[in-house]
Amino acid sequence: MSTIDRPAATRSGIVGWLQVQLPKIVLSPTCVITLVFVYGFIIWTTYLSFSRSRMFPNLKWAGLKPHENLWANPVWYKAIENLVIFGVLYIGIATVLGLFLAILLDQRIRQEGLIRTIYLYPMALSFIVTGTVWKWMLNPGLGLEKLMHDIGWAGFHFDWIVNSDMAIYTVVIAGVWQSSGFVMAMFLAGLRAVDDEILKAASIDGAGPVRTYVKIIIPMMRPVFLSSFVILGHLAIKSFDLVIALTGGGPGFATALPATFMYEQTFTRNHIDVGAASAVMMLITVAAVMVPYLYSELRAEKGVQR
Amino acid sequence: MSAYIPKERTWYHTVLRALLYTILILFALIYLTPLYVMVVTSLKSLDEIRNGNLMLPPEDPGLAAWVKAWSTACVSVECSGIHRYFFNSFKMAIPAVAISTIMGAFNGYVLTKWRFKGADLIFVLILFGCFIPFQIVLVPMATVLGKLGLAQTTPGLILVHVTYGLCFTTLFFRNYYAAFPDELIKAAKLDGAGFFNVFWRVLLPNSLPIIVVTVIWQFTNIWNDFLFGASFASGNAAPMTVALNNVVATSTSVKEYNVDMASAIYAALPTLVVYVVAGRYFVRGLMAGAVKG
Repeated sequence: MSTIDRPAATRSGIVGWLQVQLPKIVLSPTCVITLVFVYGFIIWTTYLSFSRSRMFPNLKWAGLKPHENLWANPVWYKAIENLVIFGVLYIGIATVLGLFLAILLDQRIRQEGLIRTIYLYPMALSFIVTGTVWKWMLNPGLGLEKLMHDIGWAGFHFDWIVNSDMAIYTVVIAGVWQSSGFVMAMFLAGLRAVDDEILKAASIDGAGPVRTYVKIIIPMMRPVFLSSFVILGHLAIKSFDLVIALTGGGPGFATALPATFMYEQTFTRNHIDVGAASAVMMLITVAAVMVPYLYSELRAEKGVQR
Repeated sequence: MSAYIPKERTWYHTVLRALLYTILILFALIYLTPLYVMVVTSLKSLDEIRNGNLMLPPEDPGLAAWVKAWSTACVSVECSGIHRYFFNSFKMAIPAVAISTIMGAFNGYVLTKWRFKGADLIFVLILFGCFIPFQIVLVPMATVLGKLGLAQTTPGLILVHVTYGLCFTTLFFRNYYAAFPDELIKAAKLDGAGFFNVFWRVLLPNSLPIIVVTVIWQFTNIWNDFLFGASFASGNAAPMTVALNNVVATSTSVKEYNVDMASAIYAALPTLVVYVVAGRYFVRGLMAGAVKG
């Protein structure tokens, strides 16, 4: 991209200087905000994770103690275990389902717009709404279980939401319901961009539909897979509202996630130091995923421009 | 179009198409079920909820639960309904969306059409802000809001949402304006148009698609936010999501599922309306950016 020549400063003095600097002046509030509220706060919280903060932030140095406390807390391990289970299943199922639905929708379907809207609308809802509704539907007494009994399946038993071993999977179900339509839309856009010539060539070679999809089209969706992993992974690590509304992190700590752990340590257990340490761990995890991704995206963009 | 299944009218083809539609409709029903359950539950009486089941349509549909949720349901200790929090969310979302969108538009304009040394680095630094887990800023932000006297207030939440929305609005406008032809800008500059004039006369009239995307994105994110609302404004200035969570969590002697569902519908309605009215443009615009690269 070419840089556009700036008009030469026609007036001297402060007015002329202001005119030349105007673009930078317009950008500067955002720069200051980013510097203070993003980078400054990251440093601040990192410092707190080495401090003696309890109920209130306290700048007295405590060394590695908060981090040691964090890694000695069994709930933190549970939160990590849950994040792995939730992250893998949520990303995996939403991606596979999204791709599957996109392929089906891409077969010159009548009423495609309507069906697409139906798959996508959960995306517009708050995770709190999603959690509230699914909590009611999975209610062990009056929800799905009762429905099945009424239909005539008397032996049906479904208590996952109050079962410590299974509750995390209800979070997966609600999360997939909310996000898979969005993944479908991304894959659909990707499929629409596939060149017809490639399909014709495959057809002339005698490749059947399944073979064409598996061998040719799905491998071409690589950038969409990547975007989808990044977006869903990012949502998974930040997941907070859904768990709060659906299970409240329970039963016990059965559905604790790093985000709920941090919140609880900070705001209800008066351990700002440990909360800060867990927030730093979350940031490091996100950065490990995002920095290489952003780097490759920006490099690709520069390559296109040249 | 990459439709593959052949068009010939053979029996094999007919069976395949029938199967295709069956699966698509089945999934559509699954996706619609929570919405259906939400609506029918909100129209039933508690007796009917206890004696019937999730999927039964209401025998005697009534708006009693909707009225109760709006004006007398208990949010924590106060029992005056969710209407105040519903309006809180609007008072928070409208200014926050407007300010962050306007700032994002100017940022995108500067970063693409008035480029200077280091502009790319600044963009990357701003962009990273989109991806931080917000847990990393909660305590410092609470401290700063307290010092500014903005804790537990709507203006405080506006500040927070503008701050952490800027990276998205800047990203959207920057990518959109990067594809806008430089020649038109140059021509306007030769005519003597200055910084604001070029933006006003040349870019703004061509910005409608990206403004729609940005406004929908910001409105949805800000309306649906829970973390910031719960952390910085849990009292009278609480947004709708926080109030909804409190309505559901408030333990009264009888659990009123119909009132919970009616409250959930109030919380869902604004973003659903935006999505149904303008969602098309949003998906189209977002996809143009999301699948490249």
